[in-house]
This record gives sequence, structure tokens and C-alpha cells, in this order.
Amino acid sequence: MKVKVLCRNPDDYVRETTRDIQRVPRNYDPTLHPFEVPREYTRALNATKLERVFAKPFVASLDGHRDGISCITKHAKSLSTIISGACDGEVKVWNLPRQECLRTVQAHEGFVRGICSRFCGTSFFTVGDDKTIKQWNWEAPGYGVREEPINTILGKAVFTGIDHHQREGTFVTCGQTVDIWDEQRSSPIRSFSWGVDSFSCVRYNPVETELLASCASDRSVVLYDTRESAPLRKVIMQLRSNTLCWNPMEAYYFTCANEDYNLYTYDIRHLDVPVTVHMDHVSAVLDVDYSPTGREFVSASFDKTIRIFPKDKGHSREVYHTKRMQHVICVRWSADNKYVLSGSDEMNIRLWKANASEKLGLLSAREKAATHYNKKLIEKFQHHPQVRRIARHRHLPGDILKQKRELREMREARRRKEQNVRKHSKPGSVPLLTEKEKHVVAVVE
Amino acid sequence: MQNENLVQISFFNQLMLVHPRKKQNERSEASVQVSEYFVNAEGTGDKVNLSDLLGTVEKTSGASNKTKKQLRNLQSSKETLELPLNKQQTEKIQRGIAYEKTTAEVSCWKNIILQNQKAEQMVFPLNQESSGPKRVEQVVAGWKVQTPLEQEIFRLLHGSRQPVNDPVLTPVEEQSLKAMSLEEAKIRRAELQKARALQSYYEAKAKREKKIKSKKYHKVQNKAKRKDFLKQFDEMVKTNPEGALEELKKMELSRMEERMSLKHQNSGKWAKSKAIMAKYDDSARKAMQEQLQMNKDLTQKMVVPSDDEHESIEEGLETVPDFVNDPETVIDPVNPWMRGQLTHEEPEVSCVTAEEVQTAEEENEEEEIIGEFERKRKLRQADEEDLIPTEEEHVVEVSDKEEEEDEEEDVSEFNTLFRLMRSEKTREGSNQTRGGLNTAGEEDEEGLLSEGQIRVRSIEDLEVLDEVVEPRAIEEPSAPQTAAAEATSEPPHKKKREINLKEVLTKEAKAVRLPFLPTVVDEEERDEQISIIKEAFAGDDVISDFIKDKSRQEAAGRPAVVDLTLPGWGEWGGVGLKPPRWKRKRFRIKTAPPPPRQDQKLPDVIISEKRTASVASHQVSQLPFPFQNTAQFESSIRTPIGSTWNTQTVVKNMTKPKVVTKLGAIIEPMVKEDFIKSKTTSAGGKGAAIMLGENRRAKEGTKRSKKREKMTTARSNS
Repeated sequence: MKVKVLCRNPDDYVRETTRDIQRVPRNYDPTLHPFEVPREYTRALNATKLERVFAKPFVASLDGHRDGISCITKHAKSLSTIISGACDGEVKVWNLPRQECLRTVQAHEGFVRGICSRFCGTSFFTVGDDKTIKQWNWEAPGYGVREEPINTILGKAVFTGIDHHQREGTFVTCGQTVDIWDEQRSSPIRSFSWGVDSFSCVRYNPVETELLASCASDRSVVLYDTRESAPLRKVIMQLRSNTLCWNPMEAYYFTCANEDYNLYTYDIRHLDVPVTVHMDHVSAVLDVDYSPTGREFVSASFDKTIRIFPKDKGHSREVYHTKRMQHVICVRWSADNKYVLSGSDEMNIRLWKANASEKLGLLSAREKAATHYNKKLIEKFQHHPQVRRIARHRHLPGDILKQKRELREMREARRRKEQNVRKHSKPGSVPLLTEKEKHVVAVVE
Repeated sequence: MQNENLVQISFFNQLMLVHPRKKQNERSEASVQVSEYFVNAEGTGDKVNLSDLLGTVEKTSGASNKTKKQLRNLQSSKETLELPLNKQQTEKIQRGIAYEKTTAEVSCWKNIILQNQKAEQMVFPLNQESSGPKRVEQVVAGWKVQTPLEQEIFRLLHGSRQPVNDPVLTPVEEQSLKAMSLEEAKIRRAELQKARALQSYYEAKAKREKKIKSKKYHKVQNKAKRKDFLKQFDEMVKTNPEGALEELKKMELSRMEERMSLKHQNSGKWAKSKAIMAKYDDSARKAMQEQLQMNKDLTQKMVVPSDDEHESIEEGLETVPDFVNDPETVIDPVNPWMRGQLTHEEPEVSCVTAEEVQTAEEENEEEEIIGEFERKRKLRQADEEDLIPTEEEHVVEVSDKEEEEDEEEDVSEFNTLFRLMRSEKTREGSNQTRGGLNTAGEEDEEGLLSEGQIRVRSIEDLEVLDEVVEPRAIEEPSAPQTAAAEATSEPPHKKKREINLKEVLTKEAKAVRLPFLPTVVDEEERDEQISIIKEAFAGDDVISDFIKDKSRQEAAGRPAVVDLTLPGWGEWGGVGLKPPRWKRKRFRIKTAPPPPRQDQKLPDVIISEKRTASVASHQVSQLPFPFQNTAQFESSIRTPIGSTWNTQTVVKNMTKPKVVTKLGAIIEPMVKEDFIKSKTTSAGGKGAAIMLGENRRAKEGTKRSKKREKMTTARSNS
């Protein structure tokens, strides 16, 4: 026999604290609460305004490097630790909550080109301009003991990037070729090259862990599979891609940061046309990193700004800049989806909130409910002109604004010219290309 | 090529083969150098060519004729081998194959990705341990004996060999459970729950029905069952004659039983008691007759009665007219204002024409009363400004001559806002065509941040921002409205107006004041209230004022004739001369009539069709992207989500955030093994399958060995 009992959640009728206001049973008769739409509209307007007023994304700046930051990496297992490499070969380990440097290592001579953390979080690898790959322990050596790498591999050419496998003891470097290394060996277990080019970035796919993608200097993005003997395919674009990043939640999408001020999201199954073209930057995009939820990504640009894009939108939802921040070279999204880290030319690492107006720290249940409600209200009334206007307003420094205007004019002019050419030529001889189709030159099998 | 290879291989095999049947010739050769390991011949160090060997084959008797023939053919053929493809091409082919393979492999994520994109809420990190209850075995397995008491108990238990850790599930079931993904398991659990719930409902229903004491109910039920049974029986006769025969036998049996028993023969205790009452009580008689009828029915030989007869009887019994269940429509005769309907006006409206013919006396009386109240009204007019109209359903907006008071403005602003939105519904068609043209440009606008040099530090800044951008916002939407007006101008003309309410309505009509809520009024108060209301509005010529007002506005809306005639052109000019007809005809330009007013059919409403800038800046000028029509968009706006209008759970559901992350938790990328069960993956759940396979193999092995043993024993026996 089934016994049915009344079950009530005490959360519904018990106060959180004795100081809290009493719960009063309410009458939801709609006639008692008229004007629901206008009232919600005003609430939404207020919520939008407050959101903008409280949008203070800048959290902290970590200074200590003596040259421009060239790369940043997150610790694989700890949220509070990051490593950064500078252009003078120095590597620093930082503690984020205390905002201090824990350890400084003179890792390389010349640039530190790439850092990656081992998946277990016990050691990390660095590559530099001195043609070496070095493996370092995460633990600092004891007092008076010299900082020495666990392992040093001397390569034949300069390495420009490194990435570690998600679960196995192999890593990949790029330089003149893309090499796959076993941690235990001093020579690559496999190297891929396809024509003579140099590579600027290589990344493992975090989901399909045997897949690789790299950016080459011949304006191409090349795909590899470590189980295959040859590379898979490459797509050549009009300008060079600087870096790329795989979506950690959607196995077949990656986004590459291009020199032509845009970012392109590709589906590896259909490389001939990018899925989305993300445009808003006014200078070359130097780095890109996905949020761990795979919904958004952050990009760093030479125009001294960071922008956050939703993964399927053509324009950014947020732009961060400071007066003192120069060309942003590297950017990372923290593993808890809350912060964004940027390293720039002027030797500082900056910590930003991923959601500019989000309140940090623990929230009480009522606070949480209120924020959820406000967010939903803004979403509901997002098409109303007043709400939209306020929600979308961002401050931009004058020179970037000017550049933006200039770019728009240039684009207009180009479009006009193309139209004119089309008008005065044989119909069909000048095909109408969409923005997506314009940037891909060829797909090479 | 392959053939050649085969030939060669077979040839070498034959060379190397030491034929078991033939005796091997011993070889003894003279040599200068003698090694203890091998024999040295003359041509040491010289390479042996294939042709040398082939030459000897012809002479050897051991080689079969077939191979010899093949070799001869081989030697005679002059064809060269094909060149292998060059490196570039082979690599290209390899790459193509590899790419296809990888894309196929990657596409298995498609469903999961789509599902996640559509999901209303995603909780990160993925694959957290479920907080639900665990199975007993899991808990037991994780628990370890710690205290001495527990140890003792355990020893006792194990001593008696009780099945303590015995898994409730068999290993096969366990594996199948493991093989099930989380989703499947959830779905299965839900199914089971549903089934269980259904069962319990069914049980409860049966129990409830069993408890019902009404005999009539059971009678009806039984009858229905019987009817069903008969129907089934009919079918059975056609489909399953054997089953039908059995049923027939059963029926026969019951008939026999009935004939044997006195159950329905009016001989029981109950029947006797009824028989006493039957003289006086009609129902008792009927009951008795029914019983007898039952007996008759049961003892009758199986003849299937026609269905429609029964139906008609039952319908007569069961059907209750529908209107019984309808809620009573309460029409308050005294207080028509309470319901927000003009119930009281209708009779008056109909007899207005009659009233016009009514005697002068009445009018005189009325005029006297009106005169009285006229005076009172004038006295009151000073106070009138304090009154705030309470109408909510019928918003009368008289916008041009009266300046709104502040409080009123708030209300009417939004009302007009949404009224205008409603009016846009009619413009859908024109809007959509416009939208089609605009989408490309507007889409981009949608996503763009409006970046400028204004910093927002406080709410005041936002207001400033407001002023800067406002004018553009107002200008934009004016165009579609006129376009829409043209579009809608046609159809309403076609409809005929049955009664011109404007003409029918006169000053005698009751004032329309509609409080929103029905209020409870005591019996005594009613008359008083009516008189108060009458007193308050009797003198007020509200309605005629209103009608005048409306007609004035309508007149203002009508386009004036533009006169472009110039006197004196082409003829004599002077005082008192009118321009000739041809001139008037030609130079007086009539503009097209405006579209019909929205309030044309609403006698008691004035809808202002002027665009007010203050409202326009808050209005959505175009249908936003994901929506297909205005109705959709409006409905999305209309449903409130706040806790003022909804219960807590509803609010919680409606304001659920799309992405939930755990504070301080690292969100790892997806792991393939958790989401996709492919045949090739080696980790995790696959272990079990492999084990199973091995077991099977092992079993087969044992079977085979057993067979072999049997065979050997059989042989030995023979």
C-alpha cells in the first residue's frame, strides 16, 4: 500500500533568520495587482540601470614582471594559482586571492613563448626562444636550493607554443613543425609538417583528446589527429590567425583569432565557411580563450581592449579597457567561469570579472532570487528601446572610437565600390559574397 | 603483381620444403676450409640470382608441373610493373581518409551539443554526483567495520553465513545497469514511477468504487459491463469461435444456476418486506418488478438483444441536462455598475425613440430636476478636480484639450503604450514586409554595443544618456504607422453598421462609472446608493459632452479640402466674384479620407491616435528577431514573472538562470567516456563488456576441451 503524506519544504514558510521579515500569505488575485506589464517594465528599466551602474569589472592588477607578458596559464587543479611568462624569459607563479607572486623563475633566455600545465597539476612545461622545452615542478624548491627544471629538452628550432594532453603524458609543441612528445623521451614521437611553414600556436582538443589544431604562418589553420599518419585538412584564410581555442563543451567547434581584426568560429566538419564571424575589435586579435562553460569566449587585441563574445553572436557583449592597459597579448578565462585574466605589454596581469556587474562572494537566497529576477526582467524587456539603449551602452576611449568610425567608413566604401563594380559588369560575373564567405581563401585536402 | 608474388612464394616454399616422403640425399663435398657450422662451396661470397635457381627447377623432379608452367609463363611475359602513386597524391588520399574518419567520429557529439544548446538550464561542473538516494549495496560496500561491537556482530553474521553483502541484483543486471547511461536510467525510473502511480490510482479507484453504497450505481455499472461483454462476445463469435463457445457454456451455466436458485424470485426477506409495502409504495413495486425482470433476463436463453434499445433506456436514465452544472449567472438587478456591463442601458437605448414622443410633462419634470442639479453642479465644480476617474476597463483618453495630471499620466502612458501595441497587430502584414527588408541591417544593430565616450557612473548619467539618443528613437517609427494606416483603410468600410449607437445614445443614459471590483452592498444600502449615483450624475450632461467631444475630435481628424484657386487668373477679378466652377473643380484638392478611427464602433471610448513622443520612446518599433508575429511577442511580454503575480515555485521556475555554476568549483571540459558509449572506447564501463566477452570465450574453451576429452575417450574405448 502506498502511503501519501503531506510534505512541505520548510524553506517555504520558515524565515531565514529571526530578524527577517515575516512571511505573509498572499492573495494572487490578478485584479488586486493590476498593471503588471507597466510595473515590470519599470522594474526592468531600473534593473538595467542598476546593472550598468554596478558594472565594475576590474578586480585587481598583478604587477611584478619586468617585461611584457607573453603567456598565461591556469593551474589544472587549483583555481587560485596561475603562471605567467614574460618577454625577458621570466616565469612567475601567482596566488590570485592574495594577489601576490609566489615564485619567480628565470626560465629561458629571450621570450617565454608558451607555458602549459600538466593535467594532474604537479608540474608545468615552458618553451622559449632558446630552443628548449623545460619541465618545472609546481612546488617551489626549499630555501637555498636553486631553481632547476626537472627536465630540459634541447630542440633543433625555436618553439613557439606548447600544449599538454588532457589525460595522458604527452604534449605537443609547435615551431617549424608540429611535434608530439612523450614526457619520458627527449625526441618527439611524431612530427607533422605540411609544406614549409612556421606555426604560431597549437592546441589539443579538450574533448576529443586526440585532435589537434594549429595556426601556421601561411595564413592557414591545420587540423591533425595524433592517431593518423598525416594531418587532416587545412583552411587558408585571407590573413594569418594568431591563436585558436577549442570549445571545451562542443567538440567540433574552435575559434581562431585573426590578424584582420575578426575572430572566426569554425566547425571542423565544414571548414569551407566559418560558422560565425565575430567582429568588433579595431586591431589584430592576439589571443582567445573559451569560458569553461563553452558559452562565451574572451579575446585580447592589439587595440588595448578585451572583448567578451557569446559563442554564436557576431558582436561582443562586453568590452574591457583601462587607461593604463596597453596591447593585450594573452587572455585566459578562469576555470570557475567567474574571472578573466589578461596579460599586456605594460608588464601587468589584470583580473576582471567575467560578468561586469556580478556581486562577488556568497549570496543569500533572497539576493540570489532578486538577481535572477532582475536578469530575467532585463532579458524579457531587452527589445524595448530604453532598456536596450542603457544595457548596450559602453564607454570607449576616444582613439578606439575614432578607429571604429574609420573602419566603418572603410567598410562602407568597400561595399559601395563592390556594388558599383557589380552594377557595371556582366550580371553574374561578380558574385555576391556573404561576410562569412569572404575570408576563406581555400580549403586544402 | 599479387599473382607473381604468390608464384614466387610457392616456388620458394617448394624449394625449402623437405619432403617427408622422400629420403634426403646426403651431401659430402670436398672443401679447403672446413667450418664446424656450415658447408662451404666453391662460389662462396657470390650472390645467387633468381634465374640461377629457376634454371635448376626445370630439372628437379620434386617440383610439380604446375609451378614449372607458371614459372615459364612468368619468364616469357615482358610487362613492366605499374609505378606507385607519387608521394603527394598518396598523402592527399591518406589525409582525405583520415579527415573523413575524424569527422565521422566527431559527429557523434551532435546530439549532445544540440541538447545542451536547447537545455533550459545547464549546471556546471557537469557530472556531479547525484544527491539522490543510493542503492543499499553501494552504501554497504562503502562502509567499514570500525568499533569492536560492530566487529563482533560481523563475525557472528559471517559465522552463520548470512547473506550480508549479497547483491540484490545479479551480476548481469548490474552490468546492464552500468551500461545504462544516466539519462536512460532517469527515463526508466520515471517510467517505473509512472507505472506505479497508475497502478496505485487504479487500485484506489477500484477500492473507491467498491465502497460506493448506491445500488443504482452498481446496477448501472453492471449493466454497462454486461453490455460490454455482449459486444465482446459478438466480436468473439466472429474472430474466436472457440472462445465464444466457452463463454457460451459459461453463460449457460449461470443460467442454470439462476434457474436452480430462488435468488430473484421475490421470495427473499427483502422481497417480502417490499411486498408488504408494495400496496402503498410505488417504488417498492417497481423494485420488485425489476428483480423479476432480472430473473427473466438471466434465465432467458442466449439471444443477443439489439443494442440501440438499451442505449436509449440508459440515456434516459443517466443523462442530466448540462445546464444544471453551469454556474448561475448572477445579474445584479439593482447595481449594474458592479459587473462592468451596461446592462441597465440597453432597455433605455431601445426605447429612446419612444421616449422622444413621450409627453411634455415628463420632460418638464426632468428639466426641473436638471435645473436643481445644475446649480448643485456649479457649486461642486470647484471640488471636482480632486476626483480621480477610476475607470480601468474603458480608458477614456481625451488628450488634446485637457492636460493630464501627473498621476493619471503614469497610468495612461502605459495603457496607450500597450493599446498602440495592440493596434500594431493590424499592421502585421506591412510590418513583416518591412521587416524582411530591414532584418539584415537591423540584425547587426541588435547585437552591437553602443559604444561612446560617455561614462556611466550613476543613474543620473543614464538619464543624460537618455536625452542624447532620444530624438532618433522617436523619429524612426513614424513611417510604418502611416503605411499601416493605408493598409488597414480598406476592409472596415465593407461592414455594415447595424445601429448607430452615437445617435441612439442620449443624455438620459446612465453615467458609466465602472469600479473594477464587484463590491458587496447591503440590501438597505442599495436604494440609497442608487439615489446617490443618480443625484451625482443626473444633472451632469456627461454623455452628451462626451459625444460632442468625440465628434469634435473626429472632425479635426478629417482632412480639409485644400483650395488652390487664385482669383483673377484667366478671368476678371474683383469683389464679390466667385471663381468659376471649372476652376474650383480643378484647384480644390480633396485629400484621401483617413483610415477609420479605432473608436468608430465604440460609442463610449475615445482613442487618441496621436503619437505621443513620451510613449513612443518606450515602444518597440519593430518585431524583434525570434518572434514570428506581434501576438507572440505581446504574449511574451504580457505574462508577468514577478513574485507579485505568481506563486513562489512559479517564480522560481520562470527566473531559472540558464547557466548555473558552483562557487569555487573547477569546470572540467566534457569527458568523452561519460557522454558517449562507443564500441572503441576502452575505459570505464567498457571493462565489463570485455570481461563478459572473455568469460564467454573461456566458457567456449572449456566446452571445446570437454568435447575433445569426450572424443578421446570414445576413441580409446573403440
